[in-house]
Amino acid sequence: MAETTSRAQQVPSNRLSPARKQCRLALRRWQLYLMLLLPLIYIIIFNYIPMFGIQLAFKNYNARLGIWGSPWVGFKHFQNLFKSAMFGRLMYNTISLSLFGLIAGFFPPIILAIAINETNYPKLRKITQLVTYAPHFLSVVVVTSIVMQLLSGTGIVNTLIANAGGNTINFLGDPKKFKTIYIISGIWQGVGYDAIMYIAALTAISPELYEAATVDGANIWQRIWNVDIPSIMPTAIILLIMSTSKVLNVGFEKVYLLQNSLNQSSSEIISTYVYKMGLVNTEYGFSTAVGLFQSVVSMILLVFVNTISRKVTETSLW
Amino acid sequence: MTKQKIKRSWDDRLFYILDTILLLFMILIVILPLMHVISVSLSNSGAVSAGKVLIFPVGFNLNAYKTLLNTKSITTGMTNTIYYTVMGTVLNIFMTIICAYPLSRKNLPGKKFILWIFTFTMMFGGGLIPSYLNIRNLGLLNTRWAMIIPGAMSVWNMIITRTFFMNSIPDELIEAGEIDGASDFQCFMRLVLPNSTTIIAIMALFYAVGHWNQYYTAMLYLNKPELYNLQLVLRNIIASTQALMEQTDNIAAAEKTAETIEVLKYAVIVFISLPIMLFYPFLQKYFVKGVMVGSLKG
Repeated sequence: MAETTSRAQQVPSNRLSPARKQCRLALRRWQLYLMLLLPLIYIIIFNYIPMFGIQLAFKNYNARLGIWGSPWVGFKHFQNLFKSAMFGRLMYNTISLSLFGLIAGFFPPIILAIAINETNYPKLRKITQLVTYAPHFLSVVVVTSIVMQLLSGTGIVNTLIANAGGNTINFLGDPKKFKTIYIISGIWQGVGYDAIMYIAALTAISPELYEAATVDGANIWQRIWNVDIPSIMPTAIILLIMSTSKVLNVGFEKVYLLQNSLNQSSSEIISTYVYKMGLVNTEYGFSTAVGLFQSVVSMILLVFVNTISRKVTETSLW
Repeated sequence: MTKQKIKRSWDDRLFYILDTILLLFMILIVILPLMHVISVSLSNSGAVSAGKVLIFPVGFNLNAYKTLLNTKSITTGMTNTIYYTVMGTVLNIFMTIICAYPLSRKNLPGKKFILWIFTFTMMFGGGLIPSYLNIRNLGLLNTRWAMIIPGAMSVWNMIITRTFFMNSIPDELIEAGEIDGASDFQCFMRLVLPNSTTIIAIMALFYAVGHWNQYYTAMLYLNKPELYNLQLVLRNIIASTQALMEQTDNIAAAEKTAETIEVLKYAVIVFISLPIMLFYPFLQKYFVKGVMVGSLKG
């Protein structure tokens, strides 16, 4: 991740071998290692020990025998997953939800960032930033509750439709509308915050570039196209790589909270299925297998997209 | 920037008009739904069900908030949320700083490997069931600790803090301390901490907002109502009254209670977000700073 090449490592030059030098240095620095002890214990207990639990994906969990003692069943859970009638629907829902979200959510933050960056009214810029960041801080429960309330049968949206003489719409009970509701509320909540990175990239552009463009007779549209857009491309690509890798990791919470028995046919995604199979039906082995399938595919996607990006655009995560 | 000096062509003027319209539109899109929610929570329940409340309250009153403060599940949720937020944030700050500082120092043998141990967990994890079983085996299920200990540190925030230490604490400062004979620990306490108030404030806000808005952990690990936090209580109110309304037979009475419950729901939504909105001016300033620190790659 954000790793620096620690330049100028000035180890005092004496005659010790490099290995012994490192040892001495390490001993002298014992207090720093002591500080790291607690975080390391924490990360091992809460992140590495559960990784051993992944073996459940290949086992039939038995509470009496525990994770290690339960009998192996090979790839049975995976076979069941791929054969099950749910599998196609789960993959379709998950991938379409995240791909549509990715496509629909890609441009709004860029457009907003450019609009904020180019405005001539400092006050308007400030107010827009202040207001559009705000929904980011609302909890998922609050945002989904607002969505459910506004779109309910007696909510404001249906009231306005009824006043205009239309028929009320059961928004959250219609599987066809689920994705739109999910994606639009996502953009509503995130657009301002997602724009921050782009605004940072835009304010870093040297004024000389703008001046050069103006001297060359470019109008503002051309300036945006030829100066602004190329300057934010690296940021855009990094963000795109990161979100592509998450194609299967659609956030559990928001989908789960907006889900109901009526829209389930289009709102059941891998993570909600893992939750239901695992914690509601207590099929631990099967549920772990589904989760493992998801994270392995995500890892492969990340490496794949990153490689392509590095070849095509010379921008990559690593 | 020298935008003022640029002579405006017709194209440019069109752009600035569209730009202003777009920004005003964005402001309205965000603000109108929120104003509606707040207005409903402050309105007369009859006016609400008649669909008269748009973006300003009709028949202003605080009844819903009075009811809400007398509802036991909400007051319990409030106490729990405050407890989880305060305790959790204090532990988070402690863990994040003691982890980030050593990893930000030059000349620490094995630093790269230790850092990798932490960052690997951002890419790969055990998943839902193994994590759940782990928490259960540790005996944390249905305890207050379940809301505090499993999330004791976020690796991402630790990396941001580490970047801050590397960029904002001058090496000369620590070297000077070492020449004066201070140990690593003394350097940290006397030289680094006093110069790190910005990052500590940023992290405190990051973590506190996370705890305040926490739903997932509470839903997974808590099923005793006396341990529920506010988010879980709100969710139950929103979800359960829907079921409740479907079941009631006495239509007139049901409509009356349904009306007040509707307004109550909006009031809970506002109530739960109030602290976040009160702190929002600070939040905004520090979050933007935090995002920037995080985006500076080393």
